[in-house]
Amino acid sequence: MTLVLLGVERYTNYLSSLRHYFNTIAVPFYWVSDIPERIGLWFDDTFESRYTLMEENKQLQQRVLLQEARLQKMAALANEANRLRGLMGSSQLLEDKVVVAELLGVSPDPKVHKVVLNKGAQDGAYIGQAVLDAYGLVGQIVATTPYTSEVLFITDDSHAIPAQLIRNNVRTVIEGVGDLYQLRLRYVPSSMDIVEGDLLVSSGLGGRFPAGYPVATVSNINRDPGESFVRVHATPTAQLNRSRYLLLVFPAGVVGDVKIDTSNDGNEARDVKIDLSSNRSALPGQE
Amino acid sequence: MRWLIASSIIFVLFLSIIPLPFELREWRPEFVALLVVYWATYSPQHFGVFSAWVCGILLDIVCLNPLGQSALGLIVVAYISHLSYQRIRSYALWQQSAWAFVLVGVYQLFSNWVNSLAGKDIETMDFLGATLLTALLWPLVVMVLRKIKIRFRLP
Repeated sequence: MTLVLLGVERYTNYLSSLRHYFNTIAVPFYWVSDIPERIGLWFDDTFESRYTLMEENKQLQQRVLLQEARLQKMAALANEANRLRGLMGSSQLLEDKVVVAELLGVSPDPKVHKVVLNKGAQDGAYIGQAVLDAYGLVGQIVATTPYTSEVLFITDDSHAIPAQLIRNNVRTVIEGVGDLYQLRLRYVPSSMDIVEGDLLVSSGLGGRFPAGYPVATVSNINRDPGESFVRVHATPTAQLNRSRYLLLVFPAGVVGDVKIDTSNDGNEARDVKIDLSSNRSALPGQE
Repeated sequence: MRWLIASSIIFVLFLSIIPLPFELREWRPEFVALLVVYWATYSPQHFGVFSAWVCGILLDIVCLNPLGQSALGLIVVAYISHLSYQRIRSYALWQQSAWAFVLVGVYQLFSNWVNSLAGKDIETMDFLGATLLTALLWPLVVMVLRKIKIRFRLP
């Protein structure tokens, strides 16, 4: 009977709705097992000395100032990039909306790199949604209940993500190997221009992950003439085992302000003569 | 008796999903398997193969595993305990502990077998660490539950 159950679960979709209810049963378990962690955090918050808090406040204010300065530059750049994209007739993808989610539990199976978050279908989370932390791409949502969702990390050995090198835009595929600090690049030809330290960002191919988020840095290249492909390993930029807060990404056009300009399709854009010196009037759709 | 079995199982379900650092997860003892061996050995009239199956399904639900992954191992383990409980109960604690090591190893073997069917890489002998820890917990479990049984005048 158990074997039949296993087979049905593995090879058909028959149990998936049932599974949804079962996962809801698991929610209170995760909630309760998270209590010690939350008590610890509460202690940290409550019994902090005034001096430490002031010190921290000062540091944070400095950081805010720095980041705001950087953001000003960023805003100008984003504006410019959006305009160029508009000129080329592609949609504007630079403004994604994010929702902060908190870690609720970690998958107990050492071979599975999965975590449970405290935002579920009721908060708009959906299967296939990309998840970030402050440093890079973390993974994607593979199951949701009304109040929680399961995130599969990019390091899980069943996961792969299309990416490109930020230096020269060469596209590649990064797959997990079941190691939290290592990823592997698939099918890298020996002629490819790749060096250690290269940053890989998500390419957005396949439509699952939004483009442009950092995924990994190349850590190790092994060119063995006897093999048909170069063996390349990379380190994920996200701090997969440290972040308690993760970000769910809503690509522009799914939730919130719809920023995609539908007025210009491919034909129209090709007719537009690009003139960078005159700024606004050259935008397609305004002619 | 039944409430003690149920509450102990629910307690170890919590223990088996308490968040651990990623590197330490391989060392998490198999609490549920340990309890199943205990109840199948010490009160086989209350705890049969079907109860073991229910425990396994609960564990799979809570751990977000494929349904039946640990249930398969647990029913085998419960069945073996049922065949052997008369002899095992007369052994000394450390001998029982060695027996628990073998049984939990069998359970691990089955769940790894299901894992490898699902396409996971199995590192050869890594899981034995968790099995050893589980076996070391056996005397503790036996003594604590003996205290509880005496306290509530259970057989």
